[in-house]
Amino acid sequence: MKGPGQDPAAPGPDSALSGPDSPPQAGSPPGSDSALSGSGSSSGSGSGSGSPSGLAGPAGAEPPGGSRTTGSEVRLRGTTKPPTVASRLLQNRWAGLAGLLVALLAPFVNATPYALSVMTSAAIFVMLAAGLNIVVGYCGLLDLGYAAFFAVGAYTSGVLATRFDLPLLATVPAVLVATVIAGIVIGAPTLRLRSDYLAVVTLGFGEIIRITANNLEVTGGPSGVYGIPHLADGPVGFYYLTVAVVAVAVAGAARLGRSRLGRAWRFVREDEDAAEAMGVHTYRVKLAAYIAGAIWGGLAGVLFAAHLSAISPASFTFLQSALVLMAVVLGGMGSMPGVVIGAIVISILPEILRDLADHRFFLFGVLLIVVMLLRPQGLWPARSKEALK
Amino acid sequence: MTQLVWNGLFVGSFYALVALGYSMVYGIIKLLNFAHGDLYMLGAFTGFAILGAAGGVSSSAALPVLLGVLLATMVITGLAGVVLERVAYRPLRGAPRLSLLITAVGASFALEYGMRVVAGADPRVYPVRLGGTALEVFGARLTVQQLALVAVAVVLMAGLNLLVTRTREGRAMRAIALDPRTSALMGIDVNAVISRTFFLGSALAGAAGVMAGAYYGKIDFLMGFLIGLKAFTAAVIGGIGNIPGTMLGGLLLGLLESFGTFWLGGEWRDVFAFGVLIVFLTVRPTGLLGERVTERV
Repeated sequence: MKGPGQDPAAPGPDSALSGPDSPPQAGSPPGSDSALSGSGSSSGSGSGSGSPSGLAGPAGAEPPGGSRTTGSEVRLRGTTKPPTVASRLLQNRWAGLAGLLVALLAPFVNATPYALSVMTSAAIFVMLAAGLNIVVGYCGLLDLGYAAFFAVGAYTSGVLATRFDLPLLATVPAVLVATVIAGIVIGAPTLRLRSDYLAVVTLGFGEIIRITANNLEVTGGPSGVYGIPHLADGPVGFYYLTVAVVAVAVAGAARLGRSRLGRAWRFVREDEDAAEAMGVHTYRVKLAAYIAGAIWGGLAGVLFAAHLSAISPASFTFLQSALVLMAVVLGGMGSMPGVVIGAIVISILPEILRDLADHRFFLFGVLLIVVMLLRPQGLWPARSKEALK
Repeated sequence: MTQLVWNGLFVGSFYALVALGYSMVYGIIKLLNFAHGDLYMLGAFTGFAILGAAGGVSSSAALPVLLGVLLATMVITGLAGVVLERVAYRPLRGAPRLSLLITAVGASFALEYGMRVVAGADPRVYPVRLGGTALEVFGARLTVQQLALVAVAVVLMAGLNLLVTRTREGRAMRAIALDPRTSALMGIDVNAVISRTFFLGSALAGAAGVMAGAYYGKIDFLMGFLIGLKAFTAAVIGGIGNIPGTMLGGLLLGLLESFGTFWLGGEWRDVFAFGVLIVFLTVRPTGLLGERVTERV
């Protein structure tokens, strides 16, 4: 990743962000940060572990401050309550490992082919959500065509593997190159513009990729590519491989979010002009986020191709992009544990609620609005740990 | 050649009609209303429901009946737009742009799949088709119904332009587009004007939906998705927020698509349109008639 090297002021923005929050009071000046995901005003109250109790005032479900005037904020502002058990649990650093353990033990509980297939799909979906979280959650860029990168990854590996009889692993470098190029092609012209243009352009780009895959000979047209080799022996082996890859991907994305570049991302998200003024090369930083998201999506695509062994344009519709976005928003933008939970919920829920299949997407749409109206920080909000250092 | 031009203008007038709503809403509150294309879909289904309730329509009276249905549909989709704004967008005014965009995506989703729940996933066939005799004008074949639809579109657009440039209401809209807070201080009821803007934009989209249903004859719950994207492209080409520019952009996009289809083949039509969008955003993001706007902090 490029970016941090050229940003001498990157630590500056950080202190500028947490500055107004350091006094131990709940009501930080409104408007000093935008209400995206709570890394702003609630960062002072941070995690339940080790912060002085005086500072831990507005912990728990305190919504982020900012110019928002929803009812919930009015209700909660000023009520100082100690960190609840739930918020302690959410802040626990072992939560991630516990999640991984659950994923590793799951096949011992139920290892029918169906369950394994569902769980593998869920794991791949988690990886997609983690990638989109970099773009939407950390950097605040709305990407509505995320399935395009997924498709680029899946098709690049699928086509190369079937045409040239390569093992799937050998296609990964090509996939990386292809997704990075795709990220640059779509990001470079649009990231200079207002963020809402980006949303529509990515939406259009998602359609372009899908229609192109549908029309080209190489990609097999509407019937797609089939006979893609497996990555591992047997469904159980592949499940463990997927879980390992996804775990690394999620941890990597989370670490990236805490890095110097990650701080720059969040600064851009909170206030792009201020970031620019502080010396963050916002365009380059945004492009870095976009390319990182593309890589994550592309690699998830490789897993997807290996999992299904056949891919077709129908797998990469706008619906897919919207579902990944739904997972990120529901879980909590910028919060990696939240996004993982959101992705698991979104991918497993339809399997449980088969009867509601017709109403599913309608409910998702309504849920998206409701989450934005009532709990914009998501189920498991992000908290910055930097205020504690 | 003339046939291509005429086809382009015909499709372009649809795009323009839908794009106007996009453009107005964007101009006034800087919101990309993703659900706008779905209001077009809603319009098509509303017209379908009204026609179904009215029973059979003889083909001789098709045009007047259709105009009546058009008006009723415009009122209904307009109100739907107002409700949408009230429920989903107004509570988030002043919230970060990302939240608004996500809400708009959710609204679009809810409308599409809500309609699927109500009307089913299969395409519906419109109960009335405009039959008409074909005319030959400069070597292009155009039918009476096409002319009628274009005429309706032109009348609607001209009316909108008059409304925005000549009336008090239009002045209030333009004032809010410039500066909502000052407009409020000057005694403009900002919320009411924004509501009415949504009404107008949604009504136009609904009108386009009925016209598309009557012309193409088949409607389904996803029909708004693509045209929403195309309308946005049209608005960007012309200059989003600028009404004459948006109309121009719609017609231009129609023409481009018509020629693009001719050169590249129909399956690449949409790719071509989005390619144009990306090129335009790269080269001239303010559009043909848009002014360069400096972002204030």
